[in-house]
Amino acid sequence: MGHPEAAEKFIANDERMHWHDKALWFVREKRDLAAHGIPEWEELRRVAKQIKTHVMSKLDVYLEEFEENAKEKGIHVHWAKDAKEHNEIVLKLLLNRGAKKLVKSKSMLTEECHLNPYLEENGIDVVDTDLGERIVQLREEAPSHIVLPAIHLKKEDVGTTFEHFLKTEKGNSDPTYLTRSARVHLRKKFLNADASLTGVNFGIAETGGIVVCTNEGNADLGASLAKLHIASMGIEKIIPKIKDLAVFTRLLSRSATGQPITSYTSHFHAPVEGGEMHIIIVDNGRSKILGSQDFKQSLNCIRCGACLNTCPIYRRSGGHSYGYTIPGPIGSTLGPSKDLSANKTLPFACTLCASCSNVCPIKIDLHHQLYKYRQHVVNAGLLATKKHTILKVAAWVMKHPSLLDFGGKIARKIVPIMPRSILYSSANIWGKKRELPKFPKNSFKELYKQHKEGKK
Amino acid sequence: MKIGLFIPCYMNELYPEASMATLKILENLGLDVEYPTEQTCCGQPMANTGCAHEADELARRFLKIFKDYDYVVAPSGSCVAMVRNNYAQFLDGEEGFEHLKTHTYEIVEFLHDVIKPKSMNAKFPYKVGIHNSCHGHREIGMASMSERNLPEFSKVKSMLSLVEGIEFVTLKRKDECCGFGGTFCVSEDAMSAAMGLDRVNDHVNAGAQIVTGVDMSCLMHMQGVIDREKLPIKTMHIAEILAGDL
Ligand code: SF4
Repeated sequence: MGHPEAAEKFIANDERMHWHDKALWFVREKRDLAAHGIPEWEELRRVAKQIKTHVMSKLDVYLEEFEENAKEKGIHVHWAKDAKEHNEIVLKLLLNRGAKKLVKSKSMLTEECHLNPYLEENGIDVVDTDLGERIVQLREEAPSHIVLPAIHLKKEDVGTTFEHFLKTEKGNSDPTYLTRSARVHLRKKFLNADASLTGVNFGIAETGGIVVCTNEGNADLGASLAKLHIASMGIEKIIPKIKDLAVFTRLLSRSATGQPITSYTSHFHAPVEGGEMHIIIVDNGRSKILGSQDFKQSLNCIRCGACLNTCPIYRRSGGHSYGYTIPGPIGSTLGPSKDLSANKTLPFACTLCASCSNVCPIKIDLHHQLYKYRQHVVNAGLLATKKHTILKVAAWVMKHPSLLDFGGKIARKIVPIMPRSILYSSANIWGKKRELPKFPKNSFKELYKQHKEGKK
Repeated sequence: MKIGLFIPCYMNELYPEASMATLKILENLGLDVEYPTEQTCCGQPMANTGCAHEADELARRFLKIFKDYDYVVAPSGSCVAMVRNNYAQFLDGEEGFEHLKTHTYEIVEFLHDVIKPKSMNAKFPYKVGIHNSCHGHREIGMASMSERNLPEFSKVKSMLSLVEGIEFVTLKRKDECCGFGGTFCVSEDAMSAAMGLDRVNDHVNAGAQIVTGVDMSCLMHMQGVIDREKLPIKTMHIAEILAGDL
């Protein structure tokens, strides 16, 4: 199923669609308040883009610097060229230490690598500890948003899920009650875990340490209690210096939720006492994107989710409608970079309104990328034949003005007298939910000619 | 100053009044305007659907027809955005392109930036909601965007403010997309219509009698929704208000 069909399904439940739209618009408005609250906002965006662009131009150098400094701090560094290698490294690290129970904090990279099912198949008990992630994990669903993984669910949905899995009171969907229940449930998991896995928001080349931003403190708890901490990091997460960090933390949480800073901004710069810390640096298609002039800016993304919240289509179709790990505008360019054919409808799930590019804290040219990807879809022969033919014919007509004039004249004569049953047959997709414009007697060109005659 | 008038292909066929209003505005200001009759389409529908080859041919055609004018003016933010921001892929380095790119204007923008009239000699005693069509709004910068932290302005509102008796309503979402989106309106028709209805309702709830804007395509889409749902509101191209036709 492509995006149009999935979106149509989501829209069919009008009440829920509008609820989803409003929930995310609320987040967008909170973001606006925060972004408009600091006068240097646009300057921060400009600097952030500069830093990222610079890093991407010397990524190899910075990655090596990062590795060297991390090793000096007693952190083990691993390199994974793809998802398979990443997952195998994680499993090996766990098995080597006899670890059976893993607690995870939020990491879109491990979602991208489908780590959970792989580990579960190999006998590991994996628990996502971010509340939203835990909810979707229990429901065996994918996150529908990169910052708010369970935003597609209402509190009643969470209530029934917890009733089933955590044996909470029947019919109780009070958010405080549910959160407390999840806390009790997760506390046990934290205490019994053999190992923890976190994502990485920023890897600092200068120090060899990583920074993880969360609102729940779950990354800290996991990484501090268990003796084995594994951090999965995409190659693009590097920033040069610790002093660059503030630019990004100021932008990240304001863009994501409208907070001035995330509740926890945790720096991991060494293993816990008597423990081990491992960082897995993952490529998984990123270096291919780095090599493409049109799309390399997509690597600058800090996963704040603002482009999802602002996207009028994301808000009305939900994250699952994209069928790719990362939904919304950024997912609609990353998806095709991963697999063009499987994600061919995503660049078209967009009106090119450009709100995303302007909300993005790193000024990524998101809508231009989607515009460009459409050409790749056409060049790869993946555009629906009917659509392609119509546009080819239209372009041909447009090169023959007299033909266009003739066609227009006929249409203006015939359409007004056509019976509604024919005019609004199933072939008229426009007319399913909209009336056609009223056809006028004359074209502008005809009126213009009369006007000129009259003037003479 | 010789002005070449570009009328988007579908406007020529379907919206002769709004097109004539554009011509009238320019003529009333005493400007020398010409409509080259061999013009058709700027190629935007093809380009936005990824059909670069077809768009390329139409871009070349457009350049040939319009390159000798001092200015090209069009009643469409999105066609102007096409010329200004997307033609480079096809025409960079071609003779006359640099001039065309920097001298193609949307009509309201042209009035605001180039002609700067002090009055418009038009009356419009109605409550009006401004639809900030995305391409005019974000691609060519007709007004400040809600996403950015920059000083507020609106060329659309400035020009409309010269019209006597006009009143503006305040929308809940001042620059959300209406969902037209070119071929998007049929390839994602359910989404497109849902977005259109939400946008129209914002104007209705704000008490607007008329929705106006710089792109007829967005207005056509919203009017389609209005007519189907029988909503108590109408759309009208901004040129018709500024021309003082009523
Ligand atoms: S593309 Fe920009 S707005 Fe979207 S998630 Fe990434 S950083 Fe945030």
